[in-house]
Amino acid sequence: MNSLPNTIVKLMVKNHPGAMSHITGLFSRRGFNLEGILCAPVAGGAESVMYLLVRNDERLEQIVKQLRKLYDVRSVTVQDDLDHTVFDRIEQLLNDA
Amino acid sequence: MQYSGASLLMELLSRQGIGIVAGIPGGANLPIYDALGQSDLRHILVRHEQAGGFLAQGMARSTGKAAACFATSGPGAVNLLTAIADAKLDSVPIVAVTGQVASPLIGTDAFQEVDTYGMSIPVTKHNFLVRSVSELLEVVPEAFRIALSGRQGPVLIDIPKDVQQARIDLDSLPAPGVADPPPEPEGGLLASMARLIASAERPLLYVGGGVVASGAEEEVRALSAACGIPVVCTLMGLGIMDPDDPLHLGMLGMHGSRVTNLAVDRADLLIALGVRFDDRATGSLAGFAPRARVIHMDIDEAEIGKIRRPDISAGCDVKRALWRLNRLVARTTREAWRAEIDALRREYPVALPADDSHPGRLAAALAEAAPEDAIVTVDVGQHQMWAAQSWPVRRTRSFLTSGGLGTMGFALPAAMGAALAHPDKTVFVLSGDGSLLMNIQELATIAENNLDIKICVFNNGHLGLVRQQQELFYGKRYVASRFHAQPDFAAIARGFGIPGSRIAMPRDEGALARALSVKGPVLLDIAVPETENVYPMVPPGKSNIESIWSHGGNA
Repeated sequence: MNSLPNTIVKLMVKNHPGAMSHITGLFSRRGFNLEGILCAPVAGGAESVMYLLVRNDERLEQIVKQLRKLYDVRSVTVQDDLDHTVFDRIEQLLNDA
Repeated sequence: MQYSGASLLMELLSRQGIGIVAGIPGGANLPIYDALGQSDLRHILVRHEQAGGFLAQGMARSTGKAAACFATSGPGAVNLLTAIADAKLDSVPIVAVTGQVASPLIGTDAFQEVDTYGMSIPVTKHNFLVRSVSELLEVVPEAFRIALSGRQGPVLIDIPKDVQQARIDLDSLPAPGVADPPPEPEGGLLASMARLIASAERPLLYVGGGVVASGAEEEVRALSAACGIPVVCTLMGLGIMDPDDPLHLGMLGMHGSRVTNLAVDRADLLIALGVRFDDRATGSLAGFAPRARVIHMDIDEAEIGKIRRPDISAGCDVKRALWRLNRLVARTTREAWRAEIDALRREYPVALPADDSHPGRLAAALAEAAPEDAIVTVDVGQHQMWAAQSWPVRRTRSFLTSGGLGTMGFALPAAMGAALAHPDKTVFVLSGDGSLLMNIQELATIAENNLDIKICVFNNGHLGLVRQQQELFYGKRYVASRFHAQPDFAAIARGFGIPGSRIAMPRDEGALARALSVKGPVLLDIAVPETENVYPMVPPGKSNIESIWSHGGNA
């Protein structure tokens, strides 16, 4: 599926009802592309781990810096080494549905 | 001790040093107002929630401390959003507390329900929807810590009515929220900066609102003096340099002087402090400081490299960094560079037209008439730029204007905040006939509190900056920029119980002096030429050295 070179940004996020809006709102507000999101609760539900599939272009540094400023975001790491196929498999799943 | 959510809020605000709160009560924040009535907090009843937000901004901008405002749910909260967005773009620490419909009603389209939380996400630094009374213990101090830490900004706390009414027993209260210690620059970086400054032939300081927020004006002046470095500032940076200092080159950018923008063009090193390379300051980026290497310091790491990639940078507090940098730099006078700038000054003297009725001369005359320690709030439009060019700003936090959002209607309510925070000072409002109408209802609040505010209306019967752009860039097709019905502002002021008169300058200089000599509010409706333009002006999309100087002429 990856016609554009993408990378995955991993976030550890304080888990509460507004956290997702803050993160997706940042992407729309600043015109960043967001190709996919995976999110699941960890640490007994106190935190969530989020994987964001984003374009690996010159705006990535700015995306990471802006994400770091969000109050609910505990950590931001760019996971160049992470297997993108997890998102590919989701697409497969959606196509089958 | 037992508290309600509302009385706990009052106690926590009071412990944050909040003595004055602006706002308007309504259905969903009545418990808060009930508790307010029994607290020591002074409430200022504004006549529109937006004005409450700007009043808080006027307090925060003029003092550097966080200020607070209240609004009810629905329309109250939505009305407040413009002032919050304004605070976000100019990094002003305010805490807005909004009432929300009771928790069980959230999501049911209840009366006066909007998604205040969702609507405020993109315009706040952070926001909270409080879900239980005990959360207030964490949320209120956190709101102030966030507003004041790092790059300052607005925080919104949305409190459902049932949370305001819920009871809680407490033995002790949390410590007030305070600013986190600012990040320190690396010593190695500062040494590299000092070397870069030493090797530069044409260094230039470019300073803005971040220097004011950091309180680093003395350090900037010291660096400029020690190394013979001229200084250009943004609109938000007026007051950092003494306007009489020969190294002060004034405001750069769209309405900056020819000398200022040429100095930036020729610079081989730009030392950018507490600035964000805003488009009104840079003009076309390709043409901005094209010869310069860049040192960039800003407390917001995300500003570094956002617009212009620096050669050396530090995401740190400017004051602390400069304090250390000033000990590392080699003292020098830079005669050649200063002589080059003096030559530019001779070639392009900053001279207002001889015409006494020119609005720039009016701004200068008002500054002359104002007490030396006056605070001035300025609205948005042509008069704002004439004020920026001609009002000599001698201290930071004494020239308050909506820089980033450019909100017409800012000046009158912001002046109320400045006057309340500085009851010993006279506050001037410079506004236009367009801007004033956007919050003119606040004349009632000013009269009610007898605030010492001198309202000076630059009246040209137009949305002047719109008219100017239509003249210059839209083939003189004037659309919706002229007011065909022109209200009698002096009569309106009198209708609110404020002395008002219509004067012409310089003919009525005596009337001006008399009006200013009386303590208390006054409105002066001052006619200025209808079709005067602000010059210089850099056309949109052009570089700063391509400014227009006069009707039809290029420099």
